[in-house]
Amino acid sequence: MACIEAYGLRKAFGATIALDGIDLRVEEGRILGLIGPNGAGKTTALNAILGLTPYQGALQVLGRDPWTQRDQLMRDVAFIADVAVLPRWMRVSQALEYVAGTHPRFDRAKAEGFLAKTNIGHASRVRELSKGMVTQLHLALVMAIDAKLLVLDEPTLGLDSLYRKQFYDSLLNDYFDRSRTIVITTHQVEEIQNLLTDVIFINRGRILLDSSMEEYEARYLEVVVHPERVAQARALKPIHERQVLGRGILLFDHADRQQLGALGDVRTPTIADLFVAVVGGQVSQVSQVGQIPHIGQI
Amino acid sequence: MNTQANTVPGSFDAQAPPPAVFSASRPFYWSVRRELWENRSIYIAPLAAAALYLVGFLISTVRMPRQMRSLSTSAHETLHQAILTPYDYVAGLLMLTAMAVGLFYCLDALHGERRDRSILFWKSLPVSDTTAVLAKASIPLVVLPLITFVLIVAAQWIILLVSSAIWLGSGLSVGTLWTEVAILPMSMMIFYHLLTVHVLWHAPFYGWLLLVSAWARRAAFLWAVLPVVAIAFVEKIAFNTSHFANLLVNRLGGGAEAAVTAADSMPIHPGMHITLGRYLSAPGLWMGLAFTAICLAAAIQLRRQRGPI
Repeated sequence: MACIEAYGLRKAFGATIALDGIDLRVEEGRILGLIGPNGAGKTTALNAILGLTPYQGALQVLGRDPWTQRDQLMRDVAFIADVAVLPRWMRVSQALEYVAGTHPRFDRAKAEGFLAKTNIGHASRVRELSKGMVTQLHLALVMAIDAKLLVLDEPTLGLDSLYRKQFYDSLLNDYFDRSRTIVITTHQVEEIQNLLTDVIFINRGRILLDSSMEEYEARYLEVVVHPERVAQARALKPIHERQVLGRGILLFDHADRQQLGALGDVRTPTIADLFVAVVGGQVSQVSQVGQIPHIGQI
Repeated sequence: MNTQANTVPGSFDAQAPPPAVFSASRPFYWSVRRELWENRSIYIAPLAAAALYLVGFLISTVRMPRQMRSLSTSAHETLHQAILTPYDYVAGLLMLTAMAVGLFYCLDALHGERRDRSILFWKSLPVSDTTAVLAKASIPLVVLPLITFVLIVAAQWIILLVSSAIWLGSGLSVGTLWTEVAILPMSMMIFYHLLTVHVLWHAPFYGWLLLVSAWARRAAFLWAVLPVVAIAFVEKIAFNTSHFANLLVNRLGGGAEAAVTAADSMPIHPGMHITLGRYLSAPGLWMGLAFTAICLAAAIQLRRQRGPI
């Protein structure tokens, strides 16, 4: 059974189409990055998956319909929607008690263990904590839940880089195992590239790229081209070209690595760079990428 | 995982506690507790009102022996009223306090969590919208009346004991005091009054306020009040009648008529006769409860659909 399965998932707010009939299949044990600009439909897709919004089309999360079975689904799903959602009046001890009281799969000792590594006191109220500490607290609560699916929507928004690094380190080291699935959206793409097993680009309610990281690495190559070979490289039809410090960097889809090696240094493009190539050049490139939306099932 | 836990009776698998062990009432219990954590005014305001009243009462006891002596020669009814006044006042004060707290609580209950986005946290836990809304409704309909009842009874006992000491010290007959006050039947009547008037008869107000709280994006108070005023106003202009306004006034101020024989006074005195049958057979009661149920059902649906504002 796939963890998330969507077919023709569609959601419109008045005349604005937030999700334009997307198909999605996320298998168990994957870490999926959902990448897209603001207003691309990421949060709408996550809200549909979490049972926070009604939708059209077929959607199953862990075999359940999120909209009609949200409360049962939340026994197996944990999510952090934004850093600011823990109630500000709540004490740390109350947060622990409340989650322990309402969640059958919450391990309070585990959460206390995570908190012991921080400077967060049990008597503190959330409003007295710094932004980074609130995130640490929320993560401690969520990681102590034995969930099958963890959804993180911009979990590190507004945090400094030290906290962001700690956040993802503890997520990988203390939480993730092959039986869990994690879905992350973030603008700080470069920080999660090494974490992901799969990546999806979404823009204007449509999926532009849906690939595992292995396929991604096999398929996309970036070449820092020697100045005298630029014309030769362009003949190989790069999907994107940019100039950095006077040198041309060309991005190729399905190109021959050896052939490219003759033109300059070959490397795997960052997700951010590929994202710019795919989404930024959407006007000219959309048909090219859009024709192959499912390069292998993730 | 569960199969294993089931085949070994008595063993507790901490990794996967079977959902059955986790009783359905637990999320409700914790939802009510969290309301009390967030809204401490639910118990602090009645406590403060009771404490204030008792301070005032203690100061007034200086005058008590002289007042009682002067009244001991007057008609029995006058003495009776004078003795009972502090008990009535403390009950009335605490009931009004609870109504005010309930009103403001309900207006914010489903609005505040959307405004501060914490609804996303509440919804990340396996607590249904029905449980959440019913827990909130239980605050004005169960928790506040119970707190009010306990505090009234406690305050009345304190008043009675302090009075007894003063009467003893002044050489007045404590037996008279206890006969006039009849504290246990009085407590029963207060409970009956809270149940019939403050819970069942006033329930539509709280249902309406919770509905508006779930629906309004801002200015929940205005949305709660203005449509009601508008309906009464339009009715007056269009038909020159005041049925709707009368209905509201009756709902807020009345309700006790059918519950006891004495119509014009607060039914907390033991001398009154409970007429539960007449109270329960009044159609207004059931229409009000039906309206409450509709409001709560709508509030549950709205909480399900609406996100942060």
